[in-house]
Amino acid sequence: MQDTDISRPDYFHKVVDCQWACPAHTPVPEYIRLIADRRYTEAYMVNWKSNVFPGILGRTCDRPCEPACRRGRVEEEPVAICRLKRVAADNKSDFASLLPKVAPKNGKKIACIGAGPASLTVARDLAPLGYEVHVYDGDKKAGGMIRSQIPRFRLPEEVIDEEVGYVTALGPVMHLSQRIDSMKALLAEGYDAIFVGTGAPRGRDLDLPGRREAAANIHIGIDWLSNVSFEHTNKIGKRVIVLGGGNTAMDCCRTARRLGGEDVKVIVRSGFEEMKASPWEKEDAIGEDIPILNYLVPKAFIHEGGKLTGMTFEKVRPEKDEKGRRNLVLTGEPDQHFACDDVLVAVGQENAFPWIERDIGMEFDTWAMPVVGQETMQSTIPNVFFGGDAAFGPKNIIWAVAHGHAAAVSIDMFLNGQNITVRPAPGVTVISQKMGIHEWSYDNDVANDARYKVPHREKAIALKDVKAEVELGFDQSLGFKEAQRCLNCDVQTVFSPKVCIECDACVDICPMDCITFTENAPEEELRTRLTAPAFNLAQDLYVANSLPTGRVMVKDEDVCLHCGLCAERCPTGAWDMQKYLIDITQAGPKCRTR
Amino acid sequence: MTYILKPKLHHPSLPKNDLGFTRRDYEGRVSTLCAGCGHDSISAAIIQSAWELGIAPHRLAKMSGIGCSSKTPDYFLGQSHGFNSVHGRMPSVLTGANLANRDLIYLGVSGDGDSASIGLGQFAHSIRRGVNMSYIVENNGVYGLTKGQFSATSDKGSKSKKGVENTESGIDLVALALQLGATYVGRSFSGDKDQLVPLIKGALSHHGPAFLDVISPCIAFNNHAGSTKSFDYVREHNEAVNRLDVIIGRTPITTAYAPGEVREVTQHDGSTLTLRKLHDDYDPTNKIAAANYLQERHAEGEIVTGLLYVDPEATDLHDRLGTTAKPLNQLTTADLTPGAAALAKINASLR
Repeated sequence: MQDTDISRPDYFHKVVDCQWACPAHTPVPEYIRLIADRRYTEAYMVNWKSNVFPGILGRTCDRPCEPACRRGRVEEEPVAICRLKRVAADNKSDFASLLPKVAPKNGKKIACIGAGPASLTVARDLAPLGYEVHVYDGDKKAGGMIRSQIPRFRLPEEVIDEEVGYVTALGPVMHLSQRIDSMKALLAEGYDAIFVGTGAPRGRDLDLPGRREAAANIHIGIDWLSNVSFEHTNKIGKRVIVLGGGNTAMDCCRTARRLGGEDVKVIVRSGFEEMKASPWEKEDAIGEDIPILNYLVPKAFIHEGGKLTGMTFEKVRPEKDEKGRRNLVLTGEPDQHFACDDVLVAVGQENAFPWIERDIGMEFDTWAMPVVGQETMQSTIPNVFFGGDAAFGPKNIIWAVAHGHAAAVSIDMFLNGQNITVRPAPGVTVISQKMGIHEWSYDNDVANDARYKVPHREKAIALKDVKAEVELGFDQSLGFKEAQRCLNCDVQTVFSPKVCIECDACVDICPMDCITFTENAPEEELRTRLTAPAFNLAQDLYVANSLPTGRVMVKDEDVCLHCGLCAERCPTGAWDMQKYLIDITQAGPKCRTR
Repeated sequence: MTYILKPKLHHPSLPKNDLGFTRRDYEGRVSTLCAGCGHDSISAAIIQSAWELGIAPHRLAKMSGIGCSSKTPDYFLGQSHGFNSVHGRMPSVLTGANLANRDLIYLGVSGDGDSASIGLGQFAHSIRRGVNMSYIVENNGVYGLTKGQFSATSDKGSKSKKGVENTESGIDLVALALQLGATYVGRSFSGDKDQLVPLIKGALSHHGPAFLDVISPCIAFNNHAGSTKSFDYVREHNEAVNRLDVIIGRTPITTAYAPGEVREVTQHDGSTLTLRKLHDDYDPTNKIAAANYLQERHAEGEIVTGLLYVDPEATDLHDRLGTTAKPLNQLTTADLTPGAAALAKINASLR
């Protein structure tokens, strides 16, 4: 194998599994260290810069970082990264002085359609640069799906008001209760660029027998949640069936439990394991006495003279076809009937662009989705950009934020005459952590603690009030303990073969058997004959040639604890622990330097 | 040394031996030696060997004297018996322990100062008596604890860190051990675990006095250009006569050597030493030839390593003395006071 090129920012970025997995590439270990240091305000700002809504995401994020967390590979469970974000948000003090200063107007006008997370991110990134940003939304308050679809017992309204407020304070012009009905008309208004962040606002329906007749007691999940959020709806029948296996279904069933639902059940077509909902959301639903029944395909709504009385389902089982694909086939057992008073349909969301005329030169694909550049977020009309669920279909808040940042970069580059397909490289700050012979400026002693559970409000009380937040959050002491579980994966093991004397000290001390000195070979072969075999192909091998004996140093990045013992035991300083702080370039002068 | 303890977490695929232990279970406390010390590599090799052999930790006793090397038993086999004796007196303590309880595996760990200076007489007599043990000298050629004076094993003509030349002859402990009657003699290098681990395994499973001289560079005081015990010097002048695999009634653990001519030596107890020859004419069962070869190569400035001599029919002190097979603490009153009839029988035999 060739020498690993550690000068590529991506190499060490990939080692920071959480940051690499985060769509917005939030520098997770950096803010976790700040929390452990009780520097909550700075921890909050690291988040705010990267993901705009730390308090909101600290309660609701889909957490792609956690399944990626190295801790999950060396122990049982990942660090509770998401809930630590909330610790920073809960304990921060005034940070007005740390907010960006708004530059004088640069004479360019941007329109953001929709006031959800994607649009607000664009506004947050562009308003301080001097752009005149106009945000339009049909609802009377900004926040989009964060406000309309996420139940209050998971996300209190004050948190939304606060974090949306930090964005609106930067001076975007908010046109609320003002729905945009025509892209053509908007284009004519002379904005320099337009960003579409209108989400996936249409809940899918189930066109089954009885649907029309019993319509009064059959509700589309996201519309119903929105009605609850805006207090148009405050009760539901005692017996409720929720259809669907995603996070919206989990929100529906738990909300129903709080609005009078006593016998609430979730019924899904797929198996329990294959459900789209996050495991912790399923766990929370089950914890509130909501059974989840699987392998049942909805067949008909049963009603008596238009009054819903129940639903019937066909039983299926999974079966693999010749190509190995999993199909659901009917078992032939008799249909199952469940009595109910109301049904909530949460079987998916769709995009809808009825307000974009099809004769304005914008290209749509066969699924009626706009053609949008994966990195640039640019549509086929050069100054119109998309982001969030509106761009590539339903995802989640953190993806919307990431799209918002990317679109803001594109808009800034585009309006400065730059080629937006050449994306700006991230900023990398490298700092050696060495302070003494065996002293490091990070806490390298690995905590053995198992993952801590977030304390919950007592169930009997929580179920009485749809606005009572269930999770109480980590307090400072629990937050510290959980933060100490972080392995500091951004503090990298950097190897200098020139000074290595091949004494084996690092090989002997490494608790995870990551390091090997051996004859060079192709990667496939090397992976099999290391101190411990390296079968996780998603993780790179760090290879260094030019050692005195002609062998190579191979380090398997997979389960490295970043404890720094290799560097402590190295007599010549061939190993050093260096913090690689990777900062994704956002809109502004840095992205225009190419 | 380090300030933090080695984390308890280990590689998810870390294998277990027949006893259900991982290699990590054979570790000791965290080393307080200088970073990069060769002794730590030898400790790691001992840990690996004991794990591969599946030795129950409580069946092994580790003995040592004084010095950097003699501190190391604290850093491996943390669940085994141990005795840290007076300077140079490890062989006597080990001999006594062995006489009292022959059921344990005895591992003596010593250094060039402990064995070639203050304890030379003790070393010589324990080997001469044929104590069943594995005697490992962690040989760095300097007094590390007292800041780098030449030791008795420093080669004549080698230089100290300050550039002073050694004018005295060095003791070759391997040559001595051969002459004194060790039945398993090897030399290795802390920087070559592929060679060292099987040699230790062979020594631990050998019935008789096994001696290993392991050159172990002192990073702080003896790893410079004029040293003959530095990483660079040993790597340049290392002449391995063979490569060893040790098979003890279990699935062989295959090592990463290139195939060569293989010679199998089956020992008295049924264990097999598989030697891959690196030198065509080297016969590790011929003591006189081994001694000659050592002298020849030494004159050429080479360091001969590998399994240099083994006597497959070796015996030990107990065999020669005809002592009781039971450990002394397991002898009952009936064993120890066989009664008047037995006494009469003994008396009769002496009349």
